[in-house]
Amino acid sequence: MLAALQFDFMQNALLSGILVSVACGIVGTLVVVNRIVFISGGIAHAAYGGIGLAFYLGVPPSFGAAFFSVFSSMVMGVVSLKNKERADTIIGVIWAIGMAIGIILIDLTPGYNVDLMSYLFGSILSVPDRDIWFMLFLDILIFLLVWFFYKELLAMSYDEEFSFTVGIPIKFLYFTLLGMIALSVVMIIQVVGLIMVIALLTIPPFIAEKYTLSLAKMMILSSLLGILFTTTGLWLSYTYNLTSGATIIMVAGCVFFISFGMDFFKGYLRRDI
Amino acid sequence: MKPYAIEMKNVCFSYNGDLVLKEVNLTLEQGEFLGIIGPNGGGKTTLLKLMLGVLRPDRGTIRLLGEEPHDAGHRVGYVPQNMDFNRNFPISVMDVTLMGRLKRSRIGKGYTLEDKDKVQEILKKVGMWKYRQRPIGQLSGGQRQRVFIARALVTDPELLFLDEPTASVDHEFETDLYDFLKALNKTVTIVVITHDIGVVSSHMKSIACVNKQLIFHKGGQITQKMIDMAYPCPVDLIAHGLPHRVLHSHKGV
Repeated sequence: MLAALQFDFMQNALLSGILVSVACGIVGTLVVVNRIVFISGGIAHAAYGGIGLAFYLGVPPSFGAAFFSVFSSMVMGVVSLKNKERADTIIGVIWAIGMAIGIILIDLTPGYNVDLMSYLFGSILSVPDRDIWFMLFLDILIFLLVWFFYKELLAMSYDEEFSFTVGIPIKFLYFTLLGMIALSVVMIIQVVGLIMVIALLTIPPFIAEKYTLSLAKMMILSSLLGILFTTTGLWLSYTYNLTSGATIIMVAGCVFFISFGMDFFKGYLRRDI
Repeated sequence: MKPYAIEMKNVCFSYNGDLVLKEVNLTLEQGEFLGIIGPNGGGKTTLLKLMLGVLRPDRGTIRLLGEEPHDAGHRVGYVPQNMDFNRNFPISVMDVTLMGRLKRSRIGKGYTLEDKDKVQEILKKVGMWKYRQRPIGQLSGGQRQRVFIARALVTDPELLFLDEPTASVDHEFETDLYDFLKALNKTVTIVVITHDIGVVSSHMKSIACVNKQLIFHKGGQITQKMIDMAYPCPVDLIAHGLPHRVLHSHKGV
């Protein structure tokens, strides 16, 4: 691994893994405690439409995906507030339409065929410098937003109705959160691909929640876990020549089950006494 | 004259085309202790959400302390129904209580020493100061309810709403709670929603019964008209708990 770090692409892979983990830790924590995993999945898949659009228009795919996923996240936000009872169905529809638009736009793009797989399963080994800077910028933006609205985000996540009654602008915060999810998703797609976005967004916070007593600490521990998963996954994929995105998710999944098993075991012991 | 604590005029509300509340009128003076009773699904919680400004009425007007519900936000305290669902949420008793001090105008600013002093004072008052560092999910139902009451009180509200405050708590807490509320009522107008008509008469100054319509009775007694409206089957007017208390007899009973 250390020898591999002399390659630029390996340095970028490691860096992007770290940058993405920070965003995942912060935003994923909010996703988990607000129980908006499904809408996050919708945003991730609809982002594919943006990638298609970017290729069609000849702009960098990460910018295209960012624009499109922020847009679709706002649409899903409006839908989920206006039509609560069928929100999941409509989000599912936008999810599928977004992907379909992406595929059709890539079909219509003249010239070489884009490697679909790299967006579905990630391409952490080919992150350009430009995207590293873009990720750093998004990390700083997300950090500042969460830092500024921390008290209000915490209150909204814990008790939305109460927060509304004391005058916190719930809708504004909800849309801000969806926007942050959309931007994180665009980063995560680079690393593990859009199929596995949800795993990287939810597994670290799920584990961290059990060992922390505040939302801020949960965000920090989630970020650290994310860094552990991406770095270990990257090392394993390099050593054994495996697909990096899937390996990262498998590392996260293993830790998830170990943590789950430990809980079960603890509960089992307690019952016996 | 002081404005009414609550003033509702001809309030109607429907949900998905079904009329939930019809022509509700209610005027409540400051200093009152109102119990709202009624069957499940009769519109009690809807009525509360309308008063809090979480829902808007289809027709009619609502004023709290002379203001629109949303503008009166900082003068009103709200204790939601005991939530059992968010048990894993990583948050301490202290942080939950501090939430009560939030306001729109304070976004981006940290909690002040004044906030923390106020939280300390109120947590001591409800007997939860020694648990301040505990995660809220590890408390018992009654302890959690005390924290939610503290959260509602840290802004010194003039009007306090409680939604089913004794659901899923032990009997001892119930007695403590109503003694606490009685003392608090010297300075604060209190509105309690409850399905438990047993606790109503002995503590409350007036009663409203909601089942699509609202009947208001100043003077803390449940009338046969309320019982007929709220509960279609015959109900024994006997309070829960030991010793059994038979509610005051009333004209028509």
